[in-house]
Amino acid sequence: MTAAQSRQATAEPSQPDAEASAWTADCRRARLHVITGKGGTGKTTVAAALALALASNGRRVLLVEVEERQGISRLFDVPPLPYEERKVAIATGGGEVRALCIDVEAALLEYFAMFYNLGFAGRSLKKMGAVEFATTLAPGLRDVLLTGKVKETVTRTGTDNRPVYDEVVMDAPPTGRVVTFLSVTEAMAGLAKRGPIHSQAEGVVRLLHSPNTIVHLVTLLEDMPVTETLEAIEHLREADLSVGTIIVNAATESQLPARAIEDAAAGDLDIAKLSAGLKKAGIAASPEMVQGLATQAADHAVRVLDEADCREQLAATGLPLLSLPRLVDGADLGGVYELADRLTEQGVV
Amino acid sequence: MTGPKLDLGPVLADNRTKIVVTCGSGGVGKTTTAAAMALWAADAGRKVAVLTIDPAKRLAQSLGLEELDNDPRRVDIELAGEGGELWAMMLDTRRTFDEMVAAHSTPERAAAILANPFYKVISTSFSGTQEYMAMEKLSTLAATGQFDLIIVDTPPSRSALDFLDAPQRLSSFMDGRMIKLLATPSRGVMKIVGAGFALFSKAVTTILGGQMLQDAAQFVQLFEDMFGGFRQRAQATYELLRAPGTKFVVVSICEADSLREASYFADRLRAERMPLAGLVLNRTHPPLAKLSLGTAEAGADKLTKGSPLTAAVLRIHADRLAVRSAELHMRARFDRVHTDLPVIEVAALPSDAHDLPALREIGRRLTAA
Repeated sequence: MTAAQSRQATAEPSQPDAEASAWTADCRRARLHVITGKGGTGKTTVAAALALALASNGRRVLLVEVEERQGISRLFDVPPLPYEERKVAIATGGGEVRALCIDVEAALLEYFAMFYNLGFAGRSLKKMGAVEFATTLAPGLRDVLLTGKVKETVTRTGTDNRPVYDEVVMDAPPTGRVVTFLSVTEAMAGLAKRGPIHSQAEGVVRLLHSPNTIVHLVTLLEDMPVTETLEAIEHLREADLSVGTIIVNAATESQLPARAIEDAAAGDLDIAKLSAGLKKAGIAASPEMVQGLATQAADHAVRVLDEADCREQLAATGLPLLSLPRLVDGADLGGVYELADRLTEQGVV
Repeated sequence: MTGPKLDLGPVLADNRTKIVVTCGSGGVGKTTTAAAMALWAADAGRKVAVLTIDPAKRLAQSLGLEELDNDPRRVDIELAGEGGELWAMMLDTRRTFDEMVAAHSTPERAAAILANPFYKVISTSFSGTQEYMAMEKLSTLAATGQFDLIIVDTPPSRSALDFLDAPQRLSSFMDGRMIKLLATPSRGVMKIVGAGFALFSKAVTTILGGQMLQDAAQFVQLFEDMFGGFRQRAQATYELLRAPGTKFVVVSICEADSLREASYFADRLRAERMPLAGLVLNRTHPPLAKLSLGTAEAGADKLTKGSPLTAAVLRIHADRLAVRSAELHMRARFDRVHTDLPVIEVAALPSDAHDLPALREIGRRLTAA
């Protein structure tokens, strides 16, 4: 029994309300978590936090980067990752996160090596730009290579016949491209029709459409990312890919009492009450200061209401929402651990 | 600590400024900034066109851009100044490419190229095509002399400034050496790269299919005599970008990743001797009340029970001070590297800017120096 299975067996009785949790049974069953989101929503940071949260309780999780951006190494403050799985963090509870940055060129040569004996020729091909050429000619080839490598990491077993990784978290391409990326079948239609490459790709398709794979969408509570998220969910569902959660990033926590929000947003905050309160706290406030504070509160309230609107649109999809706060000091390693804790609090196991 | 202030008003109002290019990473408000500058200049009485790549739906609507339309359309609004006009368009990459092909070849040849399946790949998914076409469109628009000022929004390229390299990359890709090798692997290729290439060629043919390679080879043949024209044009665009009438504006938010990109943009533009006007530091949070963090926090704690409203307002202030302090820290690190780069901070609006009043407000903040 793998750690993933044993966890599931023990998790259910101890968590009677597991179904109510945002981290549903489907999420807990999955072993490949695909993280997508519009550019600038903090997709990589959230993927890293999810990997850390999943790695608690002594599990081993692989975090995979497919866009050759080295965002993971920057986040974990380690040297740029080679095309090799490296330990990048130890989770609370002793689990570990390893990371892999897939190098398309190396993956292509590795891929050819599965079918042809290229030997030393690989290096000269690289020098000629042959790989860039091949992947440009057939953009689908890139996706076949990347998803193929990810599948290999998910299905790899150790000498004890157990999976090497309990879970794999993939920092996938942004929402605009993710469906094409995961629809390896289509990519293959333009490539091989039979043979070893074809059957290899079929294995990838099976994994991506199985209960072992689940897609999570990272979004900010802003117009454009929300619109893109809703569109992506529709396309993912059409493509028969299962969607787990929407992860709201950088959400504003409302500070104002609920009944004051509407007034504040409309610029009708009770100035007299505010002045009296300040006086009570011993703060000598000029009218400008009171006005400044009221404007800030108004901005905050408008923001909170806008975000509530966005949240409503997201909730209408029927998908569970996970929510992460804005990191004031930016996304650094400490921030990733903080976000991982927040995910754990919301039931991510 | 802080360097010079970026004063965009004179830049946008100056008749000598013909082109403004905004660049920066995704999600920093580049398109909104471009639109706000265009509206400001139009209000100042200039005839302005703004070329956007992928505007938010509501912003597109308020500019009257309901669909992809490869020609600028006049935005039907009342402007503040006499004689001003605002035009807007959304780039259609494929159509721009088609038009470029048509302009450089005979109708028969153009038809053959447009029908080639391989052309579809190149004109839509080759990385850098969008950047290339944005610049191509800029060139075309500039050549018409129809506008006093053209403001171009660039695609949020991950590898920043792709548009500077795109023409170069595309033509070196299409010069067809590799395609010829793959399409006709028998002719003495073995001597050049050895047996490995034969295997590679076999492998590529297996996965790409022979048809694809034939299409590619045909495409290169059709394209061959257009290369001269393309290169010339790319060179002309490059010169246009370096001309004194062009200004680059880098846009960033006050976060590490975005500033790292901005830093790269600034360095690269300077290395290429492109006229860099400065940096717009977007969506910052300067406090609007002079009250220290300690006082605000102590006050909030004291009032939680008795005056929850005032406590909340003080907490909002304290949060804003914390955000501001992180922003100042980021900014100081940036300024240390780019000591002489002019910067203008644009304080965040409470909501996404997608209507004309909001764009005008951003325009005011951009030119407040």
